[in-house]
Amino acid sequence: MYEGPVNDPRFPGLRRRGFLAAAGGAAGLGALALAGCTSPSGGAADGGGKPRRGGKLRAAFAGGGASETLDPHLANLFADAARAKALFDKLADFGADLAAEPRLAASWEPNSTLDRWTVKLRKASFHNGKPVTARDVLYSFRRIADPKKAFRAKASLEPLDLKASRAVDERTVEFALKRPTAEFPNLLAAFGAYIVPDGATDFDTKPVGSGPFRFVSFTPGRSAVFRRNDDYWDGAPYLEQLEFLVANEESARVNSLLGGQVEYAHELSPTTARAHEGKGQIEIVRLRNSAMQAFAMKTDRAPFDDKRVREAFFLLADRKELVDGALSGAGEIGNDLFGKGYEYYADGLPQREQDLDRARHLLKKAGADGLRVTLDTSAVAAGFTEAAAIFRDQAAKAGVRVKVAMGSKDSYWQDTLESGTLCCYRSGAMPIESHFSQRLLSDSTTNATKWHHKDFDALYQQAQSTKDKKDRAAVYARMQRRLYAEGGFLVWGFADWILGTARTVRGVAHKAPANTLDWARFDKVWLA
Amino acid sequence: MNGLRSWLARRLLLGAGQTVAVVLLVFALTEALPGDAAVALAGDQPDPARIAAIRETMHLDRPAHERLASWTAGLLHGDLGTSLTSGRPVSSYLADGFGPTLLLAALTLLLLVPLAGGLGVLAARHEGRLVDRLISSVTLGVYAVPEFAFGVLLVTVFALRLDWLPPTAVGYGDDLLAHPAALVLPVLVLLSRPVCSLARLVRAGMIDALASPYVAQARRYGIPGARIRYTHALPNALAPAAQQLARTVDWLLCGVIVVEALFVIPGLGTVLINAVAERDVPVIQGLAVVFGCTAVVLNLGADLATYRLVPRTGVAA
Repeated sequence: MYEGPVNDPRFPGLRRRGFLAAAGGAAGLGALALAGCTSPSGGAADGGGKPRRGGKLRAAFAGGGASETLDPHLANLFADAARAKALFDKLADFGADLAAEPRLAASWEPNSTLDRWTVKLRKASFHNGKPVTARDVLYSFRRIADPKKAFRAKASLEPLDLKASRAVDERTVEFALKRPTAEFPNLLAAFGAYIVPDGATDFDTKPVGSGPFRFVSFTPGRSAVFRRNDDYWDGAPYLEQLEFLVANEESARVNSLLGGQVEYAHELSPTTARAHEGKGQIEIVRLRNSAMQAFAMKTDRAPFDDKRVREAFFLLADRKELVDGALSGAGEIGNDLFGKGYEYYADGLPQREQDLDRARHLLKKAGADGLRVTLDTSAVAAGFTEAAAIFRDQAAKAGVRVKVAMGSKDSYWQDTLESGTLCCYRSGAMPIESHFSQRLLSDSTTNATKWHHKDFDALYQQAQSTKDKKDRAAVYARMQRRLYAEGGFLVWGFADWILGTARTVRGVAHKAPANTLDWARFDKVWLA
Repeated sequence: MNGLRSWLARRLLLGAGQTVAVVLLVFALTEALPGDAAVALAGDQPDPARIAAIRETMHLDRPAHERLASWTAGLLHGDLGTSLTSGRPVSSYLADGFGPTLLLAALTLLLLVPLAGGLGVLAARHEGRLVDRLISSVTLGVYAVPEFAFGVLLVTVFALRLDWLPPTAVGYGDDLLAHPAALVLPVLVLLSRPVCSLARLVRAGMIDALASPYVAQARRYGIPGARIRYTHALPNALAPAAQQLARTVDWLLCGVIVVEALFVIPGLGTVLINAVAERDVPVIQGLAVVFGCTAVVLNLGADLATYRLVPRTGVAA
C-alpha cells in the first residue's frame, strides 16, 4: 500500500490518491498449511456497548476520479479495495499478523508434495441468490490470469496451473501448482483476487458479488452507495447503508468529518491526527505497522556491492530522528527487516543503533572514506523528501556526502527500480514470504535492491517445500538474519496508517494494518 | 457591418488555428512528461512485464504520431476518444464535469459583475477620499491572498467554528443546487480575486472617463450627474473590464482546480488533475479542445462587447 502523498509539501493543494502495494504478490505465499484455521481477527474495537442495527455510514476516501470502476480485479487504489471488499469476497484474507485467514474457503488441504491443494468452499451465495461454486472460483482466477489482460493479481496467481486445476464438485476446487507452495493460502488472499460469478464481465452497472453489501448506485469519482446484504454468510452487517465518497484533498476529508458530512475519513496526516487526538470531537485510529519506510541500496553496484559499505549505512541512520522528523512521530523504528509484528518476523535480532565510529571504520576498511552518493527521492509518499534530508545530515556526521536528488512523482517507482544506487523506498503490508518473493529473489519483478543470491533463492524454495510450520519458520529466520547482516534495505521505520471516525462510529478495527481483512471493513461497524 | 463580418470570420479562423495549436502543444507536453499511463497505473509495483502488458492493452506501444492521428480522425467525427484508464468515452467525462463547473462559474459571474462594477464606481466617485482608500486597500489586500489559504480560512471560521455552512460539498454530487449552502464558500473564494481586479479596473477607467473632455462637455450641457456617470462614462470604463471579465470567465470555466479540490466539487478541474496524474492522454486532449474553444469564443465575445460599448475605439483583429 502506498501512502499517497499525504504530506506533499510541493503541492499542498493537489494531494492525490495512493496506489496500493499489492498485498500478496508474485509467487505464492503464506501461512498456515493446515485447514480451517481461524484466528480471531485483529482487535475489533473497544466497547461502545451492544452493536446496533441500522443507519447509514458515509466514508470519505481519496479516489481515482472519473476513471474509477467497480471491477474488483482492476482494484488499484484504497478506495477500489474498500469498495471491492464491501461487494465481493476472496477465498482468504490477511489477519492483523498477515497470516491468511479463510473467508469463502472453508478449508484448504495440500497433498504431500505441496503442489496440489484442495479447497472446500463454505456455503455462500451471490446477491442474485445463486450459490458460490467451484466454477465461479475457477472463472474468477482464469479471468485474472488472462494473458491478454493486465489485472493486478495476475502476478500473485502465477504459481497456479489453472489448466490443470479443476472443480471436483459444486463446492470443492482442486488447484494444481507449478511447484511446491507451502504458502498457498497467501495466494488466495492476494490483493485483488476477488471471486465473481461465472461469466461476469460488466461490473459498473450492476455488480453481483457475495460480499456483505449489495449494489445500489455508483458514480465514478463521486459516490458509491451500497445496502446491507441480509443473507451474508458471515452475518448481516449492522449498517443499513454504506456510501463511499471521494475527496482527494486531505483537508477536505478532515473538514467533512469535522462538519458531520461523513462518519469515516481514510488516510489522514500525522499533523491532523495530533491536532484532533483526544480532543473528543472525532476519534483518531492509528493502524500500526502499515507501511515499511526504508532506503534501498542497490547491492549489485558500487559503492553498495561491498557489504561493509551497506553495514556502515545501517549504522549511519538515527532511526528515532527519522521517525520523528519524516513521519512526524507517527510510527515506530525499524530494524532493517520488513514486517515488524507480522507472522515469521525475526524479532530476536538486536535493535540496530546509530554508531558513527564503527560506520567510519567500516567505510575506511572498504576504501570508501570520503564517499559521495546520490539519494533519489520524490514527493511520491509521505515523508520521503524529509527522510532524505534528515539522512543526508546524519550521514554527513560520518563524512559521507549524500546528494539528494528529487525525482518525478508519477514515474518514481519505475525510475528507481533499475537506475541509481540509493533511493527512498516504501512498502505496504504483505506477508513476509510475499516480500521475499516479490522483492528479493533473483527473478523477482520488483527487486529494488538487486538482491541476487542463488543460495537465498534456494532457501526460499526450501521453505516452500517444507510442510512443517516450525521448520519453515526456521528457514525464514535464516533468510532474515542474512538480510539483517548484509541486505540492501535500510528499514528505518514503520508508518502508522491514520483514520478518523465520528464519535458515533463503533467497531472499527484498531490493529489491522492497511490492506488486511479488518482494514476498511464495514460489515462489523455500527453507529451508536 | 460588412467590416465586422469579415473581422469576425478572420477572428474565428484565427481562433480555430489557436485551438489546434493548443491541442498539439498539450499533446507534446503530455508526451514529454516522465512516464505514461501504464507507468502511472503500475504505481509502486513497476513490474516491467505488467507495464508492458498494460501498454499493449492501452495501445500505448504505438508511436505517438499514430496515436495522435487516430485521435484526430475520431475528433473530426465528433468523437473525443475513450479514456485510457477506464475505457469510458471522454465525452462522458466532460459532460459529468461540466455541470458543477458551469454552475459555479455562472453563480460567480452573476455576483461578480454588479459587485465589481458597483465597488469600482463607488471608489471612483470618491476618488482620493476615505471610501476610495478603503475599497482600494481592501481589494489590494484580498487579491494578494492565495485561493487555497483564503478557502481554508473561510472553512475554518464559517463551517467549523461558527457551524453556519457545510465545510465541503462531499456527497452532494450533481445535485449541488439542492444544497445551496454548500455553494456559498466556494463562490466566495472564487469571487475574491476577480472582484478585486475588476473593481480596480472599473475605478481606473471611470476616473479617466470622468476627467475626459466629452464628460466635461456633457456637464456643460447640464446633463444630470448620474446620467453622465452611467450612460456616458461607465461604458468607456467597462471596455477594459470586459476584456478582463472574459479572462475571468475563462478561468472559472476551465475548472478552478483549487476550489474544486478544497470543497470536493467534481468539476472539470478535478477531471483535469486526475487525467494528468494518470497520463490519460485522450481525456487531457479532450479538455484541451474544450478549454481552447472556450477561450477563443469568450475573447471574441469580449472584443465584440468592447466594440458595442465603445464603437469609436474600433476593434483590432
